[in-house]
Amino acid sequence: MENHKACENCHHFNAQSLQKLGVKVGEADYIIALAGNPNTGKSTVFNALTGLRQHTGNWPGKTVIRAEGAYAYNDKKYKLVDLPGTYSLLSTSEDEEVARNFILFGKPDVTVVVVDASRLERNLNLVLQILEITDKVVLCLNLMDEAKRNNISIDQRTLSRDLGIPVVATSARYKEGIQELIQTIEEVANGTIKCKPNQLINIPENIKTAVEKLVIELEKQFPKLPNKIWIAMRLLQGDQRIIKALESGELIEE
Amino acid sequence: MNNKVENIVELANDLRWQIGDEFHDHLTESIYADAAKIAEASVTTENSKSRFRLDAKIDKIVTGKIWGFPIMFLILGLVLWITIIGANYPSSMLATLLLDNIHPVLKSFAAGIGMPWWLDGLLIDGVYLALAWVIAVMLPPMAIFFPLFTMLEDFGYLPRVAFNMDYLFKRTGAHGKQALTMSMGFGCNAAGVVATRIIDSPRERLIAIITNNFSLCNGRWPTQILIATIFIGAVVPSSLSGFMSVSAVIGIAILGIGFMFLSSWLLTKTVLKGEVSTFNLELPPYRPPRIWKTIYTSLIDRTLIVLWRAIVFAAPAGAVIWLISNISIGDQSIAAWIINALDGFGWLIGLNGVILLAYIVAIPANEIVIPTILMLTVLFTGITGGEGAGVMFELDSANETANILKAGGWTLLTAVNVMLFSLLHNPCSTTIYTIYKETKSVKWTVIASLMPLLMGFVVTFLVAQVWRIF
Repeated sequence: MENHKACENCHHFNAQSLQKLGVKVGEADYIIALAGNPNTGKSTVFNALTGLRQHTGNWPGKTVIRAEGAYAYNDKKYKLVDLPGTYSLLSTSEDEEVARNFILFGKPDVTVVVVDASRLERNLNLVLQILEITDKVVLCLNLMDEAKRNNISIDQRTLSRDLGIPVVATSARYKEGIQELIQTIEEVANGTIKCKPNQLINIPENIKTAVEKLVIELEKQFPKLPNKIWIAMRLLQGDQRIIKALESGELIEE
Repeated sequence: MNNKVENIVELANDLRWQIGDEFHDHLTESIYADAAKIAEASVTTENSKSRFRLDAKIDKIVTGKIWGFPIMFLILGLVLWITIIGANYPSSMLATLLLDNIHPVLKSFAAGIGMPWWLDGLLIDGVYLALAWVIAVMLPPMAIFFPLFTMLEDFGYLPRVAFNMDYLFKRTGAHGKQALTMSMGFGCNAAGVVATRIIDSPRERLIAIITNNFSLCNGRWPTQILIATIFIGAVVPSSLSGFMSVSAVIGIAILGIGFMFLSSWLLTKTVLKGEVSTFNLELPPYRPPRIWKTIYTSLIDRTLIVLWRAIVFAAPAGAVIWLISNISIGDQSIAAWIINALDGFGWLIGLNGVILLAYIVAIPANEIVIPTILMLTVLFTGITGGEGAGVMFELDSANETANILKAGGWTLLTAVNVMLFSLLHNPCSTTIYTIYKETKSVKWTVIASLMPLLMGFVVTFLVAQVWRIF
């Protein structure tokens, strides 16, 4: 983690201007969603950023409702929303719906996906699904200390290039890498870093035509609708919440 | 606008017929394949055999067939033991401070400013004493129990408990994750009910909600511990009485788990039939608990919040007790009328009218059952020793408490049935409200509230009948 130690001293990172605001959310300049698998330390990252002491526990499913907190950095206020930990966004349990609906309808400026560095492959399933919904994603490679203990090393550059999004390594329990995470969130939020996620999910051939047909139709009816491919797939599944959202128009950005 | 949506939904429905129902599986598979490819490119693992070796070794023991359950009970017993022993001293100190020192000061202050007797009684003898008792009795055990429980949680033991119990839950037709919500219920049933949100299937979630009340909650541990200490511990030689009391309390807790399985099974066989869903329970790595942080956060997050809840509910309850004891209709107080009316039924189930009235008054908070019983017993039997009519109080020693209860007609049967009834009765009002908020159904809220009460009546009735035969 030596590089992060260096970050703290680097003039690029403006440590003095970080202000943990706790629950004083108020009017925020940016809304940041915190997503991830259960038990990856999301709440610990949340606490490290906001200075709050949201209860953390070593068991999956601890956060069932979303918690909100705030911090200010370089004169901008960030509202941070801690979502329930989920393995995917495709099923219908209440916690998964809370997470999915927020990323979709809450329109966060940046979504930080916290993953367990020693279980990267399994965690990536969720990352890929989130990238289908939103571009502005920062991957927080958390629990680096445990990965190190288990002799796992991760090539962050390759990972970042393959995913097309910035990757930050952290050990939130020991407050390592948090500064770099804050800096990266800022740069994604204000557009300094442009995320270019690759079209990641290889849609299976046999359903490709069905998805394409729907996308064309969506294009015609709702030209302003973002992430049409994902919505087409949800419609193919008969997702009632998405149908309702189409009717109310809440998916369309102003 | 709606027309547009209808067209699209129709198109989607048509297309769904063409692609068949394996769409979801195909999609999931391709996501997994992509994830594997990306991970492979960036992750290198040296010496892969050493990965998680220690964790796996520990798991083999604590989730094993032979040691899994004994270790679970041992840990539960140890946590209880530390709580019982550790809470004694600070509890009596707080009682001395709040009841013996501050209460008289308040009384003389009230007399000094010429407060009318009824206001003085209502506020100081009613509300204040109820609060004082709840703080003295609840704060120390909570301040010990919650950090210990949180440390187990932090360390990663809870998912192992769920893993051990998973098979039993499956057998009863419930969801394995119910083990986690059950564990939360041991702290607070309302928290346990909220935690059921982790269960996907509505059917299994309802089962978890309805049966959560069988987890002995924090408000009921003190009742169990006190009664076990006074009555159960006393039937064996004093060298064994501590061990006997703890065993009795653990026995009741295990009985609660048994009732939870039984009622889960009954529900799945009757009103909540359905398939058991499968799920993957991840056993997270063991993490060294951060002791100071754990103590701090569990004191703030759990102890103070639960205590605050108890205080909020105990205050009006204290006022009610004082009022029903001091307002008379005809020749006796309202409390006396109710007790007389309930006595017959009480006797039938091995309890008495006082206990039943206490359980009605204590619907908002289980914590105040024992003080209410003591107060009403003194009032009703006319023995001296209490502070006065309608006043909650605590006695200096377990012996004195025992004397009062015995004067009130308590036997070993009464004690056993109070312990059983404390386990098996309606949830507190906070939990009932939480159940309603989570299920949004009056029907299920009523079922969840009355089912355990009914079970309590049946069990205590049977125990009383069998007991009286011998």
